[in-house]
Amino acid sequence: MVQNIIDVRNLSKSFDISSKEPGLKGTIKHFFKRQTKSLKVIKDINFEIKEGEIVGFLGANGAGKTTILKMLCGLIYPSEGSILVSGYLPFRRKENFLKNITLIMGQKQQLIWDLPPIESFYLNASIYDLDKFEAKKRIKKLSEMLEIDEELFIPVRKLSLGQRMKSELLAALIHEPNILFLDEPTLGLDINAQRNLRKFLQKYNRETNATICLTSHYMKDITSLCKRVICVHEGEISYDGKLDLLLKKLSPVKEILIVCRSEEDAIKLENSGFTVKNKMKNEITIKIENNSITSSLKTILNNFDIEDLFINEPPIDEVIGKVLIKKDYDF
Amino acid sequence: MLEYRVEIALWAISGIIPFFMLNIWTNNNLNESINISDVMLSRYFLCAFFVRQFSVVWVVFSFEEDSLMGKVSPYLIQPLNPFFRYFAQHLAEQITRFPFALIIAFFFFIFNPESIWIPNLGILLLSIVSTFLSFLIQFLIQSIVACLCFWTEKASSIERLLFIPTLFLSGLLAPVVSFPAYVKSWIYLTPFPYLIDFPANLLSGNETNISGGLSMQILWILLLFPLFKKIWFEGTKKYTAMGS
Repeated sequence: MVQNIIDVRNLSKSFDISSKEPGLKGTIKHFFKRQTKSLKVIKDINFEIKEGEIVGFLGANGAGKTTILKMLCGLIYPSEGSILVSGYLPFRRKENFLKNITLIMGQKQQLIWDLPPIESFYLNASIYDLDKFEAKKRIKKLSEMLEIDEELFIPVRKLSLGQRMKSELLAALIHEPNILFLDEPTLGLDINAQRNLRKFLQKYNRETNATICLTSHYMKDITSLCKRVICVHEGEISYDGKLDLLLKKLSPVKEILIVCRSEEDAIKLENSGFTVKNKMKNEITIKIENNSITSSLKTILNNFDIEDLFINEPPIDEVIGKVLIKKDYDF
Repeated sequence: MLEYRVEIALWAISGIIPFFMLNIWTNNNLNESINISDVMLSRYFLCAFFVRQFSVVWVVFSFEEDSLMGKVSPYLIQPLNPFFRYFAQHLAEQITRFPFALIIAFFFFIFNPESIWIPNLGILLLSIVSTFLSFLIQFLIQSIVACLCFWTEKASSIERLLFIPTLFLSGLLAPVVSFPAYVKSWIYLTPFPYLIDFPANLLSGNETNISGGLSMQILWILLLFPLFKKIWFEGTKKYTAMGS
């Protein structure tokens, strides 16, 4: 049986936020009497993650997904509740815990700006107590997986964003962590760089059985990497389960564009009891429930003269978008 | 590379306050009031320059910027306190400054040939130790102030409050011996005279209590280190990882 590697119970986090009115009066008032209020950004959440799982955290901006990741990796202190990651309380930041995890934040870098990435890799290797031989071996292996070579010897400031992100990944993985926290890892990358990064993460997960917790606003990252998603809305978990199940629930119907051989056939189809979305000459778009799609298509193909048909999946961003803006979504 | 070389040279030149002070002191014959010869005063300010070059600390500014920009976050989840990075940066920069400091000393001796002296090996070694301890004290003081970033976000403003006593009481502007006796007795209870005055007097060959000075430096380090650890531990609980 696969063990839980992350166990979160009744976790909450509050921040003290100060507010200031505009203008000189507001500034003077703020200087002498600062008004602060406590804002609860994470509200009593519970979940577990199993070893080797890739879990996507979805949520609108400010929903709290990054705060959850920061608490899981021990960067910030929880206000209430408990977190166990690999058997450790993350915030204590014990050496063995820190050697087991990594955090990668898109657009935030740990590489030394004026030096080639290789220098940062060896520095990180020393921090994680790797000897030079082992470090060299891992750098070689990871650079092959990430397809970087000459870039290792060029100052970081002269690298492109994609090359820099690959180098960041190498720096963050040199100690071979078995839990990866990735906060928007593909932010700002072009389509090819995004795809390569996803391929690399899949391969890393497959080869090392590492657990990956990921936040991303690019749905392609989520759909290609994560079987399971946790949707966060205003600090609460609104959905925790399989991604395909979520998509089925959120989008129970598919749209099918049917091109009939003649306009008469299109009219016959329009009047045959299917839910019609629109019709133009011999083209007709109907809506069919997911669970009856095979039987409905069989009926259509047997009874009508069809030239072509297209099954349109609703855009995933649109579907997921529904759950991100509504708290009490009816699952 | 040229810009880096120029930057390093400017760092070294930026520490020449002691030479200005030497000029003020000798032109106004102020040294007569404290019974220090011109030669010894020249050596004192040259040594103050050297001690300053190898003990100057700016960790509060680096940490404040990194903290506000979210750059501290990746370092916090590594099994090494981020302050070790700043510590290593300071040491590396001190090594880089060394040749430039020697060049400045060379020119100083050209204009003040009577000040040339060779300290004996024992004194030289003790001076190096003392300068390093001075650096440690300053590093710890600034690191403690830097940790206030977790509460105030603008710890460098607090550091500026410390700049005034450091300037006046450390021996950078005037040897501490020039202060009235009752003020001196109080100054020696603070860490400031052990930052510049003590190591500079030691290296220049002025009369000084070597064991007392070194003991006070070690004592301040022993007091400041647990304070730093405590404030770091409490501060990281307050960390919100802003900017990331």
